[in-house]
Amino acid sequence: MKLNLKIWRQKNAKDNGRFENHQVVANEHMSFLEMLDVLNETLISSQKEPVAFEHDCREGICGTCSLVINGQPHGPQNGTTTCQLHMRHFKDGETIVIEPYRAKAFPVMKDLVVDRSAFDRIIQAGGFVSVDAGQAQDGNAVPIGKEIASKAFDAAACIGCGACVAACPNASAMLFVSAKVSHLALLPQGQVEAKKRAQNMVHQMDEEGFGMCSNVTACEAECPKGISVENIARLNREYIGASFTANK
Amino acid sequence: MELNGNVPSGPIAEKWTKYKSSMPLVSPDNKRRLDIIVVGSGLAGAAAASSLGELGYNVKCFTFHDSPRRAHSIAAQGGINAAKNYKNDGDSVYRLFYDTIKGGDYRAREANVHRLAEVSVDIIDQCVAQGVPFAREYGGMLDNRSFGGTQVQRTFYARGQTGQQLLIGAYQSLSRQISLGKVTMYNRHEMLDVVLVDGKARGIITRNLVNGKLERHAAHAVVLATGGYGNVFYLSTNAMMCNVTAAWRAVRRGAYMANPCYTQIHPTCIPQYGDYQSKLTLMSESLRNDGRVWVPKKMEDAKAIREGKKKGVDIPEADRDYYLERRYPAFGNLVPRDIASRAAKVVCDQGLGIVPTGLGVYLDFADAIQKYGKSKAHSMNLENPSAKQVWELGQKVVEEKYGNLFEMYEKITGEDPYTNPMKIYPAVHYTMGGLWVDYNLQTNIPGLFALGECNFSDHGANRLGASALMQGLADGYFVIPYTIGTFLANEIRTPKFDTNSQAFVDAENDVRSRLNGFITNGGKQSAESFHRRLGKIMWEYCGMARNAEGLTKARKMIQALKEEFYADLYVPGTADEFNPELEKATRVADFLELGELMCIDALQREESCGGHFREEHQTEEGEALRDDVGMAYVSAWGWKDTSLEPELNKEPLVYENIKVAARSYK
Repeated sequence: MKLNLKIWRQKNAKDNGRFENHQVVANEHMSFLEMLDVLNETLISSQKEPVAFEHDCREGICGTCSLVINGQPHGPQNGTTTCQLHMRHFKDGETIVIEPYRAKAFPVMKDLVVDRSAFDRIIQAGGFVSVDAGQAQDGNAVPIGKEIASKAFDAAACIGCGACVAACPNASAMLFVSAKVSHLALLPQGQVEAKKRAQNMVHQMDEEGFGMCSNVTACEAECPKGISVENIARLNREYIGASFTANK
Repeated sequence: MELNGNVPSGPIAEKWTKYKSSMPLVSPDNKRRLDIIVVGSGLAGAAAASSLGELGYNVKCFTFHDSPRRAHSIAAQGGINAAKNYKNDGDSVYRLFYDTIKGGDYRAREANVHRLAEVSVDIIDQCVAQGVPFAREYGGMLDNRSFGGTQVQRTFYARGQTGQQLLIGAYQSLSRQISLGKVTMYNRHEMLDVVLVDGKARGIITRNLVNGKLERHAAHAVVLATGGYGNVFYLSTNAMMCNVTAAWRAVRRGAYMANPCYTQIHPTCIPQYGDYQSKLTLMSESLRNDGRVWVPKKMEDAKAIREGKKKGVDIPEADRDYYLERRYPAFGNLVPRDIASRAAKVVCDQGLGIVPTGLGVYLDFADAIQKYGKSKAHSMNLENPSAKQVWELGQKVVEEKYGNLFEMYEKITGEDPYTNPMKIYPAVHYTMGGLWVDYNLQTNIPGLFALGECNFSDHGANRLGASALMQGLADGYFVIPYTIGTFLANEIRTPKFDTNSQAFVDAENDVRSRLNGFITNGGKQSAESFHRRLGKIMWEYCGMARNAEGLTKARKMIQALKEEFYADLYVPGTADEFNPELEKATRVADFLELGELMCIDALQREESCGGHFREEHQTEEGEALRDDVGMAYVSAWGWKDTSLEPELNKEPLVYENIKVAARSYK
């Protein structure tokens, strides 16, 4: 299959950036990133600069790959990261527009690579249980209902890719923050610090320049791991509850 | 030279406890004065950095990823072993120790493995306390499943994403230490050299991957937790950026690389389908709990399937060869990985493979769906359920257990594994070899430690499933926090190091000239193209089956490829910017040297054991034939100057507690 690519090129954070047109010959069994590998090999063989994009595990779990493909974070297929998207979902002769995530809190570093370190700082603000190695009691000492464990897992399945932010018209990070707050607040081990955690993480999220949530729910639609907006409702409950009752 | 593993004396079950109670300590006040560098932020690195921070040391942690949460530990699917005996099925620390030694084909150090089995129980507790959402039973207790090479259920899991959940637990602990100021995190920094001062590891040189700046970092000790080197084969289940550079740079400064030829080829991966392919995808070993492995008995059926004229479901039961169940009745589909992989190679070599390349076998869930469907119907009091009802109920149970894996398979292959059996083939997955370390996890360079997959210590010649996560976390949470003290207790008066000293300046200059060499090389071919060619050589001659002739040939081919690499490599861009092609070039350069050493090691090891199968050394039934008299040692290779032959050091393997026996899963 022959494809026309319209790719965002940007030298570095200070450069303005622009779209560049390329053609590539691919086949339908390739993954989207393998198609970009082919493009880069062609560019390198003609001594041109390859397109910078991020990727690592290529099995949809590390959260390194990103890209906005034809206007959708991680492309057109639901519940799929870019690395797991295959070319069989595109048509021969199609024009594909490839851009980086667009969000104030995720500045572009080069071409399709953005800086997502804001997410790390949000976790550092409270996305953990304060327990040192060696302090733990027996793993079965506190029973946890199968359904609660399963719900906590659903929230913990977030891969931190940032698609929720890229999908949101406000570039809000509410889905990401709420997934972590929910994961830990649902479990007895995380409940001790739940209030402080919700407040601190929300505070850091605002500091980083993410937008407000206006219930568009595009985040859930584009999330490759199907993280539910129910988590946002839970975050709101946790946050409001904490605002009235937490010790400051 | 004969190496000493510094194993403490005493009965095996008491060694670690006694050692911990008598080892030198560093007081809390002195810990505050000591700096430690941790390279890598996967399970071992993140666990080590956070635990050392908790103890009060000043820790600097480095990763080449944009965030510590991306490390490849995240991709581990199946689970983590622990000798909890929650199932009341006869598990114990001794049994986990025994299974691991036997699984490793009697090529691991007894004392390290016993310690691993001891601390395994603490890991589960620690992870639960961190909020890791392990699978639970209805009563709220932790659930377990089986993995290869064991006859008990001791594997804890979080759906098919256990590695992700454990890594996020470790990442969160690390994040807490970062917020407390005890760990300084350096994302997008790649270690390109280790700096030795008076023979001790005192720092590293890193490249800031955003702006290309070289940086000098000093500390009282350096801990490497930089993972394995499976990507030397180009195609593997490793993430694209996994590499050997940190470990290899340590080798070039004098550290020993132990048993580099021990490579784990994982039996259940999605078969290769094209030349453009960038990686292979693992299907968790947990699938072998319920999936049955088979190929057609008849050559003509296999051929018809390859040509698309028949499907797996068209082959009647009597014409299928469930070859693992046939050859290994005691363990069946749950034989260890090396054995399952070789058995797949045998049937495919006979021409019974079921994918167009001939390199693929079936992993079939039809029986499991039936079994679970019937049991579910029974528990729902459904009398005489229809075949469709049974299938639907069974399909639901299988989906609950393996849903995300089935989904991933469908995304990649475009085929539905519920209705057509999965197609699988072995692929490079893990490397048991790694930097040589003693009982303290210290390399032969004082002050340089290696943890997790980066070291060689616990898995012998073959790693059992669900043991990598166990080892990474054991090393990070429960071993290095103690053993690093044996080195640092003598360093409490050592002042901080000046990074303007000659050793640091020289190391930085070395790195700079190496990088500039790549940039100005002026050839035509990309680093990637060399990497692919290296991978093909390694897979062909140093893969699932090896022989002297092939290994000798491979070594020459790699030397020629290395020469071509330095003559015709092309790296676009400059060294002072974000330049992934330059990163690749540095990694491929080191893979070329490692690949050669792997062939040398495989050639020198005149026996078959675990993942190392020499065709010259096999039984009449085609099983691996060890040489317990001549080869019962660790091969630790020194190769500072690659223009000379590498130097072989041996650490004898002494078995005081386990009777060395032929490894049988029949």
